[in-house]
Amino acid sequence: MCSATVGGLSLEGIDVTKETVIQGTVSRDGQPVGGAYVRLLDGSGEFTAEVPTSATGQFRFFAAPGSWTLRTLAPGSTLDRQVVASQGQAVDVAVELPA
Amino acid sequence: MSRESALVSADWVEENLDTPNVVLVEVDEDTAAYDKNHIRNAVRIDWQDDLQDPVRRDFVSKAQFEELLGRKGIANDDIVVLYGGNNNWFASYAYWYFKLYGHQDVRLLDGGRKKWELDSRELVEEVPERAATSYTAQEQDATIRAFRDDLTAAIGVQNIVDVRSPDEYSGKLLAPAHLPQEQSQRAGHIPTAANIPWSKAANDDGTFRSDAELKELYETEGVDLSKDTIAYCRIGERSAHTWFVLHEILGVDNVKNYDGSWTEYGSLVGVPVQKGAVPGGPEGGEA
Repeated sequence: MCSATVGGLSLEGIDVTKETVIQGTVSRDGQPVGGAYVRLLDGSGEFTAEVPTSATGQFRFFAAPGSWTLRTLAPGSTLDRQVVASQGQAVDVAVELPA
Repeated sequence: MSRESALVSADWVEENLDTPNVVLVEVDEDTAAYDKNHIRNAVRIDWQDDLQDPVRRDFVSKAQFEELLGRKGIANDDIVVLYGGNNNWFASYAYWYFKLYGHQDVRLLDGGRKKWELDSRELVEEVPERAATSYTAQEQDATIRAFRDDLTAAIGVQNIVDVRSPDEYSGKLLAPAHLPQEQSQRAGHIPTAANIPWSKAANDDGTFRSDAELKELYETEGVDLSKDTIAYCRIGERSAHTWFVLHEILGVDNVKNYDGSWTEYGSLVGVPVQKGAVPGGPEGGEA
């Protein structure tokens, strides 16, 4: 379905060798930030997907190989991070929001 | 319709939290969101359990919709204000659905749940009690819903707007990138459809862009707004967002939402499909 599951979907039952996973954690002052919004933008900057972070600040996308931008929105801050993803190898990103 | 009659701001909602004939309704597929917290006095409608037939792929009937709204305590003359997560995708879908069954005054909270959260506005856990009503719906408004035969007839004739992301349009992805990609249907798009992602109509915080920006967006992408238009996505909720922009904010007549969308069209036998980043000709193919 099209709705965004908090924290991104579980990897249970998913053949990760066929997926291009971009996942990570959002934190501020070393503490996880739940309920932040992480947007996945493609190589041209176009929106592709968005998920709210879980209570432990986690998020996950199933993308395609290539260059992507992660844009994190939280009350009072917006932060962009560049990532390169490849199939079968999950990319882990630690997003640290300014204090 | 116009922006003024179809959209309300977060400030307006805050001022009307206790107005008797204003009913706030949160619509999310992720029902855990409402359980965690919601805007005070908001009731919940589940887009799937409440709005879809449990057996066949279709909407609940008029009688079932009447029963649902009666049970939720919504009256025919109430102002229904919808909001939700996912940049109001499912709230837009419910808005279209309320219009389909003829509710008189339905509006969308601009920016939905995300804008409300990013503003750090109040959210509560308490679930409101509303007295049941006797609700009377209208017959479905066929002028705003498209079916698969409408789409095959529209190829090369009407405006078809594919509002999915560019990678879903070209066939690189089969679903939005927060979902696993293994699907049964073919990848690509309906031939001659323009790709104008729903997200171009919204700001990062989920609010809609200005009327001038929205009009320019569709016109620069070659959509002749004087012609009939059908919007589609994967399951019809992102295209309800675009239907809302065209039909309700900009007041364009004769815009339909195709709720079968790519999960239906991409599984049909024998229909043309276009792959690649171009609209393509009526016969489809691979660019």
